[in-house]
Order: sequence, then structure tokens, then C-alpha cells
Amino acid sequence: MVPLYWYMLLSAAVFCIGVYGFLARRNVILMFISIELMLNAVNINLVAISHYMEDLAGQILSFFVITVAAAEAAIGLAIIIALFRNKETVHVDEMKEMQG
Amino acid sequence: MITLPVFFFLYHALVIVGLSLVTVSRRNPVHSVLFMLIIFFHIASLYLFLNAEFIAAIQIIVYAGAILVLFLFVVFLLDLRAEEHADKYSMSQPAGAVLALSLFAVLASTMRGFVLGPHGIYGIEKITEMTHTKAIGTVLYTKYLFPFEVASVVLLVAIVGAITLAKRHTKS
Amino acid sequence: MSAYLLIPFLPLFAFFVNILFGRNFIKGQAHWIAVPAVTVSCLVSWVIALKMFMSHDPQIINEDLYTWISSGGFRASVGFLIDQLTAVMLIVVTTVSMLVHIYSIGYMHGEKGYYRFFSFLSLFTFSMLMLVMANNILQLYFGWEAVGLCSYFLIGYYYEKKSASDAGKKAFIVNRFGDFGFGLGIIMIFLTLGTVHYAEVFGSIGTLTGQGIVVLGFQMDVITLIALLLFCGAVGKSAQLPLHVWLPDAMEGPTPVSALIHAATMVTAGVFMVARFSPIFNLSPVAMAVVAVTGAFTAIFAGSIALVQRDIKRIIAYSTCSQLGYMFLACGVGAYGAGIFHLYTHAFFKALLFLGAGSVMHAMGGELDIFKMGGLKKKLPYTYWTFLIATLSISGFPLLAGFISKDEILFLAFASGTTVGKFVWVVGVITAVLTAFYSFRVFYLTFHGEFRSDIEEMKKHAVEHGHDPHHLLHEAPWTMRIPLLLLAFGAVTAGWIGIPAALGGHNKFAHFMEPVVGHPEVHAGHATEYILMALAIAIFIGGLLFARHMYITNRDLADKMAKKFSFAHYLLWNKYFIDELYHFTIIRPTMWVSKSFIVGFSDGKIIEGIVNGVPRAIGQISGFIRHVQNGLVHRYATVMGFAFLAIVAIAFIWR
Repeated sequence: MVPLYWYMLLSAAVFCIGVYGFLARRNVILMFISIELMLNAVNINLVAISHYMEDLAGQILSFFVITVAAAEAAIGLAIIIALFRNKETVHVDEMKEMQG
Repeated sequence: MITLPVFFFLYHALVIVGLSLVTVSRRNPVHSVLFMLIIFFHIASLYLFLNAEFIAAIQIIVYAGAILVLFLFVVFLLDLRAEEHADKYSMSQPAGAVLALSLFAVLASTMRGFVLGPHGIYGIEKITEMTHTKAIGTVLYTKYLFPFEVASVVLLVAIVGAITLAKRHTKS
Repeated sequence: MSAYLLIPFLPLFAFFVNILFGRNFIKGQAHWIAVPAVTVSCLVSWVIALKMFMSHDPQIINEDLYTWISSGGFRASVGFLIDQLTAVMLIVVTTVSMLVHIYSIGYMHGEKGYYRFFSFLSLFTFSMLMLVMANNILQLYFGWEAVGLCSYFLIGYYYEKKSASDAGKKAFIVNRFGDFGFGLGIIMIFLTLGTVHYAEVFGSIGTLTGQGIVVLGFQMDVITLIALLLFCGAVGKSAQLPLHVWLPDAMEGPTPVSALIHAATMVTAGVFMVARFSPIFNLSPVAMAVVAVTGAFTAIFAGSIALVQRDIKRIIAYSTCSQLGYMFLACGVGAYGAGIFHLYTHAFFKALLFLGAGSVMHAMGGELDIFKMGGLKKKLPYTYWTFLIATLSISGFPLLAGFISKDEILFLAFASGTTVGKFVWVVGVITAVLTAFYSFRVFYLTFHGEFRSDIEEMKKHAVEHGHDPHHLLHEAPWTMRIPLLLLAFGAVTAGWIGIPAALGGHNKFAHFMEPVVGHPEVHAGHATEYILMALAIAIFIGGLLFARHMYITNRDLADKMAKKFSFAHYLLWNKYFIDELYHFTIIRPTMWVSKSFIVGFSDGKIIEGIVNGVPRAIGQISGFIRHVQNGLVHRYATVMGFAFLAIVAIAFIWR
């Protein structure tokens, strides 16, 4: 039997890699992929805990996370297209019109 | 002692973590997306291992089938030849590394003390008896009916929003 | 029986309509709202007053409308008291106000701020009515300040003119001195009696008899202190010595305003107040003496200044001061009824004098100097005859209103049997001589003799100022003549309800007022009264003849007299240098402190330091902080992540 802690450790590792990717990469598509990684890490955690608790609430929640991830991807990619159309770039550090 | 389940888990964990690192460090986004695909398949396989075949199916259909295809579309749509010569990392890469490591340290140390709450009614036997999809459906359409409907609204908003944002404004 | 509420609130309604819609919609038609409102209010007043006058047991209205302030033990309501005193004041205020409203239709015709004028006139009427109808001291104070405010607005009506806006400010500031005392008096009443309602105050004021209080190291009688503080307010509002300086300057306002506010109503509020508080004043002989002597001095002082002035409105203004002095003189010897009676008759003939003067100014293109007039008798017949009646009335032609009321005051002063009474009687008689003289001086110089200006020059002047030169030296329109005629009727007949017993009358007025203000002691018989009356008539004839001799038959005499008594003339011409005295003792030090200390230090350094320093500090801090927001998503995310770690760390440490 695999301990729950291992799953949580795996989830934490993937999540932290997502965090690193989000902060380290300047390509906005890669940043989005990092976000998807983080969401998947959360999902692993949820499903694992759901299994060990013998309760389906965690799986339902991961279901919603997938739904939101789909919505977020659609919107996010639309924004990327709109931005690229205007600025001819996918690098976020070149988009800083909102500075104070 | 490495039993079969432990070996199975270790293999998946290794592949997932390793490919995650590869994914976030590829210069070409297409490669990243394809590595991501492999990760998703492995995660789905983990879900199967956790007795969540419905979620595994969703994972493949939605993530691998829809979201990643969308990513690929966008990547192909954009002209990314300049990407070959541009800087891969942003200025906050070191900060990101430090942050990720310390976050992992915090999570790993705190999760040790994690204690499960009281067990629910959906044990392995029960799920085997009524099948996983039916169990999920029973819970989803009774207890979580309202959030389920809200989720549909979220998706609708996403559709409308995506079309509005990506639409080319012809009159100007 | 709440029709009386129409009396104050109709003018208030007219004010709101005119001030809200006047500028854009009503404009030159403002009188169609103001005049009917004040006319109805006048009719209601007359009905109520006549009902009270006719009945043997008059019904006194004393109602609280609603509770205005209720705080701890302090309770003040908006309430109305209509007794005999208020009834008389209602008649005076609403009648004169109505006539002045009508007069203003003609006088103010075509003015830019026509609607503004009417709205403030209505607001003034409302305030004055609130003042006289109050059933508690706080509401009286509200009306008191509100009429002061309206007076300020209307004196400064021609606010583009520096002298007019200065005069408005002067009136307001000088009144502050008096009202400060008045306010303290009200506070003293509340502190000692715990109430501000008339009925309760007058019911319990007797319990304070003999109580002392230490003020600034002096032992004082409480009632005397209260009475003197209240009298401070009256001195300011009624332009008595030493706070009379604002009234002559107030003549910068339009003439109808002078007639209504600065002759007939507002300035008499002080007299009304003293009469209203007669239960308090009666308990303090010292305060009574102060009132009588102040009144007497003001009467002779202002009368003497009026002898030599040249500005027609200022002469009448000093005459108002002087007549107000008479009223206080009467109150001071306990003859409140006579004081109010004089207030009532004075309202008619003094308003008439002012409106007549306004009519003269109308015909003279705004000229005020009586030495530039003359011979207007033929040009302005209506004005001439009505002005004559007013002059006869004020200077004491037998059986006209002024004669009866002034005679009653002097008789009651003489008959009071006290030293103060005798003293003020002497002063009053001398003032009567002055009154007759200066009144006829104005009259003769304005209407008789040669015309002393160049008509062509006046026409040119009028055209230059954008006026119509056609109504120069022509009688005013009917809207101005009718009020003159009605007031002339009042100036003749107003006194007839108070014909004294010695002349075969019943002095109904005094009996009517008795329940409110009591009856003075009389230590003299009819014989004395006849002698005094004969003296008064002699004074009238003497004054008239002397003025006629000086300004009609022997024109050089005036200049000779001025040369012969050059010092006296100099002193009178400069109004005893009171303004200059105040300038050096009050205005200059105040200005010096304001400029050097308040502007330079407290305002310039402290307040501006704070006011400018805080935004500057915020600006600098913001200028520093804004670099944080650099528009880079990575930076934000990094900061967010580290902040999360910091929170976790803090949670670890504090666990």
C-alpha cells in the first residue's frame, strides 16, 4: 500500500515546479502550461485524499477544477491571441503598459 | 521492500516530476505541450490506480483532448520563429527557483503532520458494487447540483468571453 | 385655530419659490408671488389682532408646534405665542412689509436682482414674524439672528458697490457685539432657571430676587446681570449708543429696505425684546435706569448729529436712532406700553419718510444730498404732501400719531416720580426740539426754495449709468404712490387708539397692553399733562419756525451759524468721531493681530503647514511606492509568493 504522504509529496513537487515555471519563463504560453501543471498537482492531491478518505467530495472538486481549467484556458488563450495581434510578442516582460 | 503498487507509483511519480521539469524548461512551446501530454496520460493512469476511473477518463478527454489541442492551435497560430533567439528565462528566474524550493520545503514539512478526517461511505467495495461513474453521478446530481449548474455558467461565460476577445474587430 | 400659522409661513413659502425659481423662470415677475403672500399674511394678522382688541377677554395663543431641541435638561420648541404685544407687532410688521413690498414693485423695477430682492424681503418678513411670535427665547434668538442676516443681504444688495458690501459687513459685525451679550443672557437664564420658555421663565424669575453672582471679581445681582446682558442685544439691534454706528451706513441698501428693516421693524426688535422681558427688567431698578439713560442719550446724540448732515437718508437714519432712543427711554421708566405705542406709530411715519425719500431719490436719479435738491414741491405733489404729513407727525403736530405717542412717553417719564425719570424727561424735551428742527430742515431743503442742481447734467449722468432719464423730476408710478398714501393715512390716524384721558380719549392702547407689560406708576394729574402738552406744541412750533427761518426766509443764517459754532458743527458733521474712535481702538488692533499673528503665524505656518505638508508627504511617499507597480506580472507574482512564505513563517513563529 502506497502511503498518502507520497501522493502529497508528488503533488507538492509538481506544484512547486509549476510555480517555478510560472516565475521563470517569459513566454506567456509556457506560463499558462505552468498554471495547468499546478492545477493538475492540486487534482492529484484531491483525488488521492478522496480515495484514502473513502469520500467522493474530493473527486467532485477535482471535476470542477478541470471545468475551471478548461474555461481558464479558453479565456487565457483568447487573451494571448488578442495581445499577440496588438503587440507582436508573447513575452510578458515586454507588456508593461500598466506600470505606475 | 518494493511491492508492485510501490513500484508502479514510483515509476509514475518519477515520470511526472521529471517530465514536468522538462516541460517548463523547453525553448520550443510545441515540445512543452507534447511533454505535457505525456504527463497528463501518466496522471490519468495514477487516477486509475486511485480507483477514480471517471476522473481518469475526464483527464484524458478534457485535458489531453481539448485543452492541450487548444494550446497547440494557439502555438501554431502565433509566429514563434523569433522565440528561437529570444531569452528563455525572465529576470525573476532565480527568485522563482528559491520560492519553489522553499515552498516545497514548507509543504513537505507540514504535510507530515496531515491527519485524515473521518472516513466516508464510499469505500472500495461500495464503488465496485455500484461502479465509479454511477457513484460520482449520484453525488454530483444530488449534493453538488447547484455548483454543477454554476460550473455550466462558468463555461458559458468562458465561451462568450473567448469569442469576444479573440474576434477581430473588422470595423475601425 | 391654526390660521395664524399662515402669517409667518406664507412669506417663507414666497421666499423659497422666488429663490429657487427666480433666477431662471420668474425674473421680473417675482412680486406676483411675494406680494400676495405677504398680503394674505397681513390680512390674517389684522383679523387676529382686531379680534383680540375687540374682545374683553382676549384669547391668547400659546402653542408648541414641535420640539426643536431636546438635550438633557434643555428643551426648546418651535412654538408660537400671540398675546397683545405680539398682536401689535404683527400689525406693524405685516402692514409695513406689505406696503414696502408693493412700493418695491415700482422702485426696484428693472433691477438685475429683482427676484433676489423680493426673496430676501420675504425671508426678512418671515424671520421678523418668527421673532415676534416666538414663545421661547431660543426661537426669539433665531428670528433675531435671521433678521440680522437678511439685513446683511439687503444692505449689501448692490454688492458690486464696495461701500454697500462694507456697510453690510459693518452692520453684521457691530451686531455681533450686542448679540454676544444677548447670547450670554440666554445662557444665564437657562443656567439659573433651567428653561427658555417665556411662561416658565417669567413664572420663576421672581425666585432669583436677591441672589448674587460674582462676575470678573464684582458682586452682581443675578437679575440685573441677565437684564443688562439681554439689553446688550437690544443695543446692537436697535442701534443705541454705543453700537449705533451701523445704522447710518446701512442706508447703502435700497430705500425700501431702509424703510422696512432699518426704520419700521428690525431695529425696533430691541424695544420689543425689552418689552417682552419686562418681568425681568421690572425686577432690576439698575437695569431699568441703564435702559432709560441709554435711550435718552441716544435720542439727543443722534438727534444732534441729524442737525447738520446733508444726506437725506442718513438724516432719517439718525432720526430713527433718536426715536428708538425715545422708545427705550419709555421702557426704562416702566412705560413699556408707551414705548410699544411709539414703536407702532413710528413704524408708519418713519416708513413714510423713507419711502418719500425713496420717491425723491427716484426723481433725482439717486441724488441724496438735500442741498442739491429744493423746490420739488411742484414736481412731486404726492410725495410732497405725504412727506409733509410724516414730518408733521414726527415733529409733533397735535393729534397726529407721533404727537400722541411721544407725548405719552414724555408725560410718563415726567410722572414716574424718580430722578432718572425727571432727567430723561429733560433730555427728551430737548430732543423733541431737535427733532422738529431737523425734520423740517429736510422738508424745506427738499421741497421748498430753488432747485439747486443742473437738470441737464443729471440727465447726462442718468444716461451714462444706463438709467432712463425720463422719470427724472417726475412723480413715481402708482405702485409707489399707493403705499405712500396708505402710510400717510396711518401716520395721521395710528395714534388715535391711544388718545390719553386728558384729551377725552380712553387710551385703549395702554389698557390693551396692560396684561402683558403692566402699567407704569403715575404721580401727576391732568393739569400737569396739559402743561406738558402745551410745551410739546410750543416745541413743535418753535422747531418749525426756526427751520423755516433758517432755510427759507434767511438762507445765509445756516452758514453763519456753522461758522459761529464751528467746533460744534465740526463735531456734529463728523458724528462725534465715534467711527474714528472705533477705528483706532477696535479695528486697527484687530487688523494688526489678524495680519501679524493669525495670517502670518497660525494660518501661514501651522494651518498651511499641515494643509500643504500632508499632501506633499503623501505625494513623496506615493512617488516612492509607485515604483513597486512596474507592470511586470513576474514581479507581482514573486512578491505574492514571498509574502505567502512570510505569512507561513510568521504563523510558524507564533504557534
